[in-house]
Amino acid sequence: MNQAADGEIIHFDNVGLRYGTDREVLSDVSFTLFPGSFYFLTGTSGAGKTSLLKLLYLAQRPSRGMIRMFGADAITLPRERLPALRRRLGVVFQDFRLVPHLSAFDNVALPLRVAGVPERDIVKPVADMLEWVGLGDRMPARPATLSGGEQQRVAIARAVIGRPDILVADEPTGNVDPDMAVKLLRLFEALNRLGTTVVVATHDVHLLQKVPDCLIMRLDKGRLSDPTGALRYPPRRRMAPAPGEQGEAEAGNGL
Amino acid sequence: MAGAATATMPWWSRRRGANMREAELVPQTRLSGPMPWVIAIMVALTVIASAAGLALHNAAAAASAELRGGVTVQIVEALPEKRAREAQAAVRRLGEMPEVGAVRLVPEQELGSLIEPWLGSEPDAVDAEAVPVPALIDARIAGEVTGARLAAIQRALADVAPSARVDAQSTWLKPVLDAIESLQWLAIALVALLALALAAAVLLSVRSALGTNRDTIEVVHLLGGTDAQIARVFVRATALEAAVGGLLGMLLAVVVVLFLARRFGSLGAGMVDQGALDWLDWAMLGLVPVVAVLLAMLTARLTVMRSLRKIL
Repeated sequence: MNQAADGEIIHFDNVGLRYGTDREVLSDVSFTLFPGSFYFLTGTSGAGKTSLLKLLYLAQRPSRGMIRMFGADAITLPRERLPALRRRLGVVFQDFRLVPHLSAFDNVALPLRVAGVPERDIVKPVADMLEWVGLGDRMPARPATLSGGEQQRVAIARAVIGRPDILVADEPTGNVDPDMAVKLLRLFEALNRLGTTVVVATHDVHLLQKVPDCLIMRLDKGRLSDPTGALRYPPRRRMAPAPGEQGEAEAGNGL
Repeated sequence: MAGAATATMPWWSRRRGANMREAELVPQTRLSGPMPWVIAIMVALTVIASAAGLALHNAAAAASAELRGGVTVQIVEALPEKRAREAQAAVRRLGEMPEVGAVRLVPEQELGSLIEPWLGSEPDAVDAEAVPVPALIDARIAGEVTGARLAAIQRALADVAPSARVDAQSTWLKPVLDAIESLQWLAIALVALLALALAAAVLLSVRSALGTNRDTIEVVHLLGGTDAQIARVFVRATALEAAVGGLLGMLLAVVVVLFLARRFGSLGAGMVDQGALDWLDWAMLGLVPVVAVLLAMLTARLTVMRSLRKIL
């Protein structure tokens, strides 16, 4: 697992981002993401993790620098071509961003419906996914009636339902109990084994120990460091799996 | 296969089709807002203004057609015998002219009834000698009555009826027709202004809905939704509101127009009667709500697409 294939799927070159006339929240950020890799993006609060993820899931254009995504220049790409790129991404937003008037089922089905998947091909996968995240009995529930953890699981199910090429998750285990956090990480790993590149932003260092062979990108005051050589190709070093984690990793699946 | 898949659908998803799914990307107001009523009022006013414009057009067209080619020859002579002699001679001369189709000397009895409202009907009330009434000849010529043709007729009558004065009948009604034309333009301007007002109302409504649903729209965008997909949702909702409003407005307008037609019809005045709407006019009025729906849909689409362009 996590063997970087030839080629890149995302490349940042000297990217900077500032909001309005404030100082840059991201400076000189350069890295390359390779297919099938599992990345953790770490850093303290305010380090710029969410801003970097916004650039990754095309919610924001950088103030400077160059971003190449799936071979296309994401900076100069016409707006009309952005949806096609976005459909290759799965995003878990930090604040979940569930659509309040839709049920849990319809929220998870949303990416498939937006992509034009026929209804007959939506129902079973969505129901299975919600079952898997433990919300099989909450499918008709509106987000307002779900707990924070349940909302987070719906958000994760929505992000992965379309088998994206890249999964971008902003603090995806922040509101769930430790058991569910591990279960969700296993889901990410299973997706990763199927070829999805995973980028998880977290400030929970314990989470890093739970995913063997993960690569770490660390942000500090908007600048990126590369403690595991994740940003180089070929990666200089991989994080060794934590003792006892390998068996758990093998046991975890779901897709 | 599809049936089997449908059978496995949860009950809350089984009832709705793909179009409904897309419509649910943003919450639908479902006619609960003021828009259908605003559109109903706009459509009603537009239909009434259009009906007024069409009726005026019909009245003016009928009057013009009736007077087209009409020439009035007045024999303005104080002596009754000489007046009668010149009138007979003028009728004969006009009858000999090839371009004149029909000539009629208006009988004195008919003349009397024409001036009766002003001079009364009592035989002794008017001293025919003191208030001489010109003899009138009604002639029809083929084609448009131009100044040159009037002058030619005047010249032809000069030797047999030197007291003759020749006028085109259309000149008598020209001020009325001009006023009607102004009213028609007013009706057209009103229809244009109402269309603008309708578009403005839809624009404000859609902008408000976009603002209310901004978060949801951003999420749909980030999940790969296109501007066109989002616009379709708003266009569909607007079309429904406009269709209901248009229908209500049309019904209201039909009641008003029929009521006014009945009231004007009871006046018994010729020109008013000629302004009655025919089936083609009603068909055109029936298009008003359809055009209103199309205008509302177009406005909604342009508004949404323009607003979404500001979002990445």
